[in-house]
Amino acid sequence: MSLDPSYLDYPRRGRGMDHDFYRYSNMFERAPIHWPGGAKVAIAIVVNLEWFPILPNDAPFRAPGHMATPYPDYRHYTSREYGTRVGFYRLLDAFASVGAQVSVATNAAIAERYPQIIADILAGGHEIVAHSTDMNGAIATGLPEDAERALIAQALDTIAAVAGTRPTGWMSIARSQSFNTPRLLAEAGLGYMCDWVNDELPYRFHTAGGDLVNVPINHELSDRQIITVQQNSADSYVEQMQDAYRLLADEAERFGGRMLPLNVTPYVLGLPYRIGAFEQLLTWLADQPGAAFLTTGAIAQVLHDSA
Amino acid sequence: MREGEKDPGLYDFRPYRGRPALAWPGGKQVAVWVSPNIEFYELDPPTNPHRKSWPKPHPDVVGYGHRDHGNRVGHWRLAEAMTRHGFPGSVSLSVAMCQHLPEVVADANARGWEFFSHGIYNTRYSYGMDERQERALIEDSIRTVREATGQTIKGWLAPALTHTPRTLDLIAEYGLSYTCDLYHDDQLGEVHVKQGRLISMPYSLEVNDHYGFFVYNMSPREYADTLIRQYQRLADEGGTVMCIPLHAYLIGQPHRIRAFEAVLKHIAADGRAWITRSGDIADHYMQQVAV
Repeated sequence: MSLDPSYLDYPRRGRGMDHDFYRYSNMFERAPIHWPGGAKVAIAIVVNLEWFPILPNDAPFRAPGHMATPYPDYRHYTSREYGTRVGFYRLLDAFASVGAQVSVATNAAIAERYPQIIADILAGGHEIVAHSTDMNGAIATGLPEDAERALIAQALDTIAAVAGTRPTGWMSIARSQSFNTPRLLAEAGLGYMCDWVNDELPYRFHTAGGDLVNVPINHELSDRQIITVQQNSADSYVEQMQDAYRLLADEAERFGGRMLPLNVTPYVLGLPYRIGAFEQLLTWLADQPGAAFLTTGAIAQVLHDSA
Repeated sequence: MREGEKDPGLYDFRPYRGRPALAWPGGKQVAVWVSPNIEFYELDPPTNPHRKSWPKPHPDVVGYGHRDHGNRVGHWRLAEAMTRHGFPGSVSLSVAMCQHLPEVVADANARGWEFFSHGIYNTRYSYGMDERQERALIEDSIRTVREATGQTIKGWLAPALTHTPRTLDLIAEYGLSYTCDLYHDDQLGEVHVKQGRLISMPYSLEVNDHYGFFVYNMSPREYADTLIRQYQRLADEGGTVMCIPLHAYLIGQPHRIRAFEAVLKHIAADGRAWITRSGDIADHYMQQVAV
């Protein structure tokens, strides 16, 4: 049996990318980026604050970290809640101790269920990034466009009602999008998203609904990837972030501003036996000359301002 | 290969013990070649009935974006580190890179790197191809790399490691001299083909960065330590080949590149390595060893 002859057709084989979302760009040949305050390395901390219904939804896919045993999965439901009740507050204290402003990618269900958390986030001077409705709110091709538009609107409206301001940034569950997502986010008035991991600096994304900025929050550097997936220790995670920081600080001397994304999860790094290592990392980072903690909103704004 | 038989008949059994010694140029102990995979993955490729392109429905944003990092960021970081320590690359190339992102290909060519084919895209698989289709793939590879770089490819690493029973015979027929798809040895050896001469070039899955990070879940420093151990042992034994197969989207990440650079520094300083390209290793072997 041979393949259909069209399998050897390459309709998009030509100069540039095979889609129109963004243009190719070599990061080392761009105009240098200048962070507020003259920082060399912007440290972008993004905390994922999530609520997992005990009834998981598999359409379009079951979110990472979701229920795993037959119903009722007390084990995962409560372990994730531990992150929200306990671990997240350890993180908030750690950020306060180094004066870091961070971005919290927040499920709308958190705002609905726990408005006190929203107040505590805002009191700490942090940014709220919209992060879908709850952990059943995953997006992928197959989700009808109307349903996706409604999901985005519901997430934004719910957070706005509790927080008093509308988020300007978006992060999808598992960074998963449909072909429509960037356009729907732009049409919803969002200024940036954090889903595409193909770069280490913010860049412009084009849609039929207008342009937006992508602030890449590299999943490779996340605690979920390094600790949960690759099963490295918290100490190894810290060493890896320090190695990354040193490289980026050196590159910043030659190429302009660099960005170190720290994507952290309350139920991973917020545990008693791991939080100490993370606190040491924050202290070490805060001590580096030229380092500044910037929210993803502030990072996106640098690109908006240079447009 | 002998299609449909239990033993595919790829090569003769030759135990490691008692082989004639193989000499590398300059009395070096181990031929070391670094192989960056320079790949293009399509966002919305057509379906091959034998293998899914992406685990998620298209667009697989993380899968695609992760690979694209290699071309926007990782390649430039990795290439600088390799050049700094005197390592040329032997590139396993998705040849459509010559059309999509010729600046990456031109950069590698200007650094004196060799190219061999890794298919058109890493999202187009050979599974299910008939002979005419597979010939078109090979002819496209030869023509595309020649037009973009002036080089005539000598080697083959099947796209996404997808083969047909015909692949090895066909690449030998088209005059290619080595395949990177067989993992049975730390030394070069003859591959049985219908016509021409084809050599098996030791590549490696075990010390491939993808295996290091996502099969064995190593930290960057553990992976670097693995490469050094691999090198030390192969240099001690002598007459061997060590390949370091890499993906810029993995090794070129900011938390990994420095640990890897320390490996290059170690090998360059050791003095026992013939630091070279896969095609040079194949040429040397074919001149030294008669069929």
